[in-house]
Amino acid sequence: MTPMLQLQDVSRSFGGLKAVQGVSLSVPAGSLTALIGPNGAGKTTLFALMSGFLKSDSGTVVLDGRDITGQAPELNARAGMARTFQIVQPFAAQTVRENIAVGAHLHEPRRALALLAAEAVAARVGLTGLLDKPAGDLTVAGRKRLELARTLATQPRLLLLDEVLAGLNPQEIGEMIPVVRGIADSGITVLMIEHVMQAVMNLAAHVWVLAQGQLIAQGTPAEITTNEAVVEAYLGHGTAARLRKAAA
Amino acid sequence: MTPASKDLLRIAIFACGVALLLQVLNSGVALNFVMMALYAALLAQAWNILGGFGGQFSFGHALFFGTGAYVQAIAQLQWGWSPWLALPMGVAVSAAVGGWVGALSFRYGLKGSYFALVTLAFAEVFRIMATTVPFTGAGVGLMVPLREGFANMQFGSRRGYAMLALGLVVLALLVTCWLRHSRFGAWLQAVRDNEDAARAIGVNPFRVKLGAIALSGGFMGAAGAFYVQVFQYIDPGIAYGAHTSVEALVGAIVGGMGTLWGPIMGALALHVLADLTRNLFGQLPGINMVIYGTVLIMMVMFAPRGLAGVGQSVRQLWKGRP
Repeated sequence: MTPMLQLQDVSRSFGGLKAVQGVSLSVPAGSLTALIGPNGAGKTTLFALMSGFLKSDSGTVVLDGRDITGQAPELNARAGMARTFQIVQPFAAQTVRENIAVGAHLHEPRRALALLAAEAVAARVGLTGLLDKPAGDLTVAGRKRLELARTLATQPRLLLLDEVLAGLNPQEIGEMIPVVRGIADSGITVLMIEHVMQAVMNLAAHVWVLAQGQLIAQGTPAEITTNEAVVEAYLGHGTAARLRKAAA
Repeated sequence: MTPASKDLLRIAIFACGVALLLQVLNSGVALNFVMMALYAALLAQAWNILGGFGGQFSFGHALFFGTGAYVQAIAQLQWGWSPWLALPMGVAVSAAVGGWVGALSFRYGLKGSYFALVTLAFAEVFRIMATTVPFTGAGVGLMVPLREGFANMQFGSRRGYAMLALGLVVLALLVTCWLRHSRFGAWLQAVRDNEDAARAIGVNPFRVKLGAIALSGGFMGAAGAFYVQVFQYIDPGIAYGAHTSVEALVGAIVGGMGTLWGPIMGALALHVLADLTRNLFGQLPGINMVIYGTVLIMMVMFAPRGLAGVGQSVRQLWKGRP
């Protein structure tokens, strides 16, 4: 089976800073996977390279068997890849319904039908009661849901979620996890960047760990948490050895 | 009733109401006032398409105004065209100039004050060119001879011109209504509010902004052509001077950017104000620009959503909703 998304040796530098170095990964179709790593590891840069907001210095990005390296984000969205932003970006002057309808318009030229589709999508992410509110009035949790809804409305095959749980309180996280699970269950391939480990352990079948621009480990969430390289990347060099000594 | 048909009904009521008013009014002063207010509304509506709905603040909309005006004059004087043919031609050429300037600026991602400066520069370049090349009559300008008659788009009284302006304003209202209730309009407002977010869900900002500047330029060109028909004279200063650009953007900002009725309310309010001050101060040259500047600062500080925004707040208070 062709993977939904395949990265081959992708690199990108900003001046002397190698933000992403030779990353290769393959996201199986229909999977729910996660990309984790400490702050500044290059996760968001990698997302930008996948979705076309940044051009890579080298390497290729293949979406469902089609080379999309360097293709503009709007064309990627048309090809079925949509992304959310870590810092939520609502169209603040418009209502929730209008916000979601912009996504629905990708495949639906008629206004009335796009607005109708927005209602259906809002129900999927639990925004039904807020449809006529201005997007600027939403809480952080509401904005995260809106971000999700807008991308869902484009009927993507691959969804890149950049920290949809960041900034939420434990209760809100608890409410959001089933929403993400529901999206994956509906057949959409989901790749998420996430800091909330509770969610990663709960949701992801496979995890990639990025540190200083390089992939340092991958595997199931259980494998990752016991991986020494991962522990060191998060807690500092030599930590794994110290922890072993303390345990002994 | 869908929101779109509600808008259309209001536009129909507005059109009939103003048309009726123009039949009833008999004083030349009153007719002139309505005509000039409609003309100012058209300028503000044109600017509102790009500035209000697209968030691209142009400071050089005179570029399109002047182009429409010159096409209207040149087509009649040098090619012997009917003004009724010249006007759509002027609109098309202005729209094309809009597309050209838009392609150049949006291609390189110019935004905010950079875009404003580039449009200002283009208008200035055109003004200087118009003073030097011969077919615009250079600094002397072009005069369209007086030949009263419907076929020449020259009317015996201001009533005819006001009806023509009303027609153009209603057309602009219809296009604005379309922006409010169509995919293109939704895309344009999405790009205005957040370009990156719009791209992430499949909107091509370049194409959308290009469409908006062409539409906006077209209506500005229509206003220029209308100006030539009314005053039968155009020179580089009138055509491409900053005055028209300022009038267009102040009307739209004072009235309420990105709204259907804001530009009309803004233009009307400014004209009432300008007439009042003219009565107070006499013909002090440039006094209306001083007033416009003051009003603009006050509106931006205290009512950034314009008169339409104030109206909305009052209406919500009336309904008892926060």
